[in-house]
Amino acid sequence: MTKTVLTVDDSRTIREMLRAALTEAGMNVLQAEDGVHGLEVLDGAMPDVIVTDINMPRMDGFGFIEAVRGSDKHRAIPILVLTTESVDDKKDRARRLGATGWIVKPFDPTKLVNAINRVAA
Amino acid sequence: MDTMAAIKQTFFQECEEQLAELETGLLAIESEEHDPDTINAVFRAVHSIKGGAGAFGLEELVRFAHTFETTLDLVRGGQIQPDAGLLKLMLRSSDILADLVRYSRDGGEMDESRVAQIHDELTRAANLDAAPAAKPAAPAPAAFEPVGAFDAGSADDDFVPITISFDDILGDGGEASSAEQIYVVSFRPKPELYAKANDAIKLLREIRALGNADVACDISDVPLLTELDPEGAYLSWTIRLGADVTEAQVREVFEFVEFDCDVSVTAEPKVDPDFEFVPAPIDETRQAMPLPVDDGPIIPEAVLAKIAQVNADPAKAPPAAAAVQAQPAQQAQTTIRVDLDRVDRLIDLVGELVINQSMLSQRVTEAGIARLSEVAVGLDDLEQLTREIQDSVMAIRAQPVRPIFQRMSRVIREVADMVGKSVRLVTEGENCEVDKTVIERLADPLTHMIRNAVDHGLEKPEDRIKAGKPEQGVVRMTAAHRSGRVIIEVSDDGAGINRARVKEIAVKRGVIEPGVPLSDSEIDDLIFAPGFSTASTVSDVSGRGVGMDVVKRSIQALGGRISISSKPGQGTTFTLSLPLTLAVLDGMVVTVAGQTLVVPLTAIVETLQPKGPEVHGLGERAKVIAIRGSFIPLIDVGYKLGYRHDEADPLNSVAIMVESENRVQSALMVDGIIGQQQVVIKSLETNYGQVFGVAAATILGDGRVAVILDVDAIVAGNRS
Repeated sequence: MTKTVLTVDDSRTIREMLRAALTEAGMNVLQAEDGVHGLEVLDGAMPDVIVTDINMPRMDGFGFIEAVRGSDKHRAIPILVLTTESVDDKKDRARRLGATGWIVKPFDPTKLVNAINRVAA
Repeated sequence: MDTMAAIKQTFFQECEEQLAELETGLLAIESEEHDPDTINAVFRAVHSIKGGAGAFGLEELVRFAHTFETTLDLVRGGQIQPDAGLLKLMLRSSDILADLVRYSRDGGEMDESRVAQIHDELTRAANLDAAPAAKPAAPAPAAFEPVGAFDAGSADDDFVPITISFDDILGDGGEASSAEQIYVVSFRPKPELYAKANDAIKLLREIRALGNADVACDISDVPLLTELDPEGAYLSWTIRLGADVTEAQVREVFEFVEFDCDVSVTAEPKVDPDFEFVPAPIDETRQAMPLPVDDGPIIPEAVLAKIAQVNADPAKAPPAAAAVQAQPAQQAQTTIRVDLDRVDRLIDLVGELVINQSMLSQRVTEAGIARLSEVAVGLDDLEQLTREIQDSVMAIRAQPVRPIFQRMSRVIREVADMVGKSVRLVTEGENCEVDKTVIERLADPLTHMIRNAVDHGLEKPEDRIKAGKPEQGVVRMTAAHRSGRVIIEVSDDGAGINRARVKEIAVKRGVIEPGVPLSDSEIDDLIFAPGFSTASTVSDVSGRGVGMDVVKRSIQALGGRISISSKPGQGTTFTLSLPLTLAVLDGMVVTVAGQTLVVPLTAIVETLQPKGPEVHGLGERAKVIAIRGSFIPLIDVGYKLGYRHDEADPLNSVAIMVESENRVQSALMVDGIIGQQQVVIKSLETNYGQVFGVAAATILGDGRVAVILDVDAIVAGNRS
């Protein structure tokens, strides 16, 4: 079955890269610009995996993860966090809030797709 | 364009936006008008640029952005205070970052020593290890692997993909074992593992994909159903894996869950290649459980039922998500990006539509159809609609002047540094919208005016103190909409125009005759004369071969006007008046010697029928008309343009009072007025070159071509 991935990132460049890599791998892509927008998209969608950035305006990745995990409807969706640095405290905080896994930017498409396949239902 | 090149283009577009954001933020912090989120926005801008640059392997950009970001992070965290010196450094860093972005995009020259210098200053400011700029301070960016869509090598020559092998990633270089290795993996998930949407079965499946695995599930901890917590974790597994992989590869499977489970991986001593794989003995409480082949549940069905029940209970839905969802989408998906060519094509078509519609109206009138007939009423509606479509389409091309204002703040910094003055830029009305082309073509004239304002307009610091002014000079840029035009003002609080000196130079350069009486504003206008420059030496700054006459011409080429006003000791103000669009024009259609002409409505003050006593002769040929106590020159358009050899009688003409640049009034004599009409501007210069007195042409409702008058040129031609 075709997987649907919601990507949440305030950078258009990163969103487009994710889209290219994921479409190439045969996945459907939904996009959001920040956490608030991400939750809006989730209102009408049930993606298989969420890939989210941390540092975003309005609602950052931490708040977004918390909100998704707090939602009955969406809390079982795996969430992968995009981190630029492999800085551990950010990764840890995301993990404690319920992130399923992480991808270190700049990511390469194979690793990205592997990571998604690893966590996707 | 392939995918990668398209994304790269997106990246550079986004960089420009981030750079603008960065500068706005830094300036806001400098003027202490920022809220706590400003520094976050500034940090995010640099962070985003770094992120994208990393993906494209733009190492210099990554390196600089990384150091910049580190400093900003310290400011953000309150570890260092953004004092005036640091802000100045950060503004310079944003300039360097902008240069690096453009250099990465366009190539060309890059002042590497300056980059290194600012990089070092940033490093010192952040108290970082003083790593020389030449060495990467950032984590080495691992660029895209050329996989699938990212067949990057093909189209984009300057993009060199770095291929990462699996071993590189795992840091377990190249020691691929030739034979299978046996690993015993013990895996006991904690409830958190499931709470984070990880799934034991997927991990098991991934392990199995590595090689030949025998999986045993331990169900000894599963409680009675009455005591079972649906969100608990009761199962654990032991896997004997025979695979040609490294231990790190096995551990990598558990990368995301290492804190949410107990996992151990033990390598058994290597065995002979002809070793026969025998499953380990399983004790009685452990049951070999076949791993479901499909995506079937690994949680007992009763548990699933319980979970479903919990999920189905709407009262238990946490309010957090709902509350956030209720927030309106402020930024989300409010813009789309469209190729400019498509917009211009649309504008062209709408232009044709306007012409077509007015031709149709005229035909209907000519056919003698009653004004209240359904056809005529329908046409009125069409006219209304056409105009609305036109306005809406024009609005697509309109952009705020903000980016160009922001660019000027950089110009100010550079010039101020060069001439040793302290200058503050104050801007107003950055959201004022103007046609994209107008904005683009404003950059050069504005840059020159700003340079002049800092270099010539403002006094040296010591002179300012002497004059009782604050040491720091102020240059103000404002934009505002006024009666269908955009008014941009550039002013300084300097000494004002030194009129005696201007006059002296004008005489010396032969611009004016000695001893000619001139009013103050006439003297001020002299600086627009070709070749005029008040600087006694050609400084680095303003003296780049461009005088105010060139500025004036480029503003005029945009259908704009420029004027100057100056008060001694208080400063000088340049005022630009620009059209909102370059594509259409409201005009007055007039007849002159059998020709139909269009006079731009923006230039017209009033129209009147000259009466005998008002017209006076002046000298041999010149005539003036007396209106409300002042004498205004009469200009016969037909004579000026060569439509007739003798000047027409003013008493048989209509006088159109026009105001050209510097609020000079003149009266254009035409034979009659046909009416007002919005016309689509068609450039003539492609085919005819510049013709005196003619700005462009248009097609009228009856299909005839009419020229649009260049009022300023005709008035100026009359004076000289």
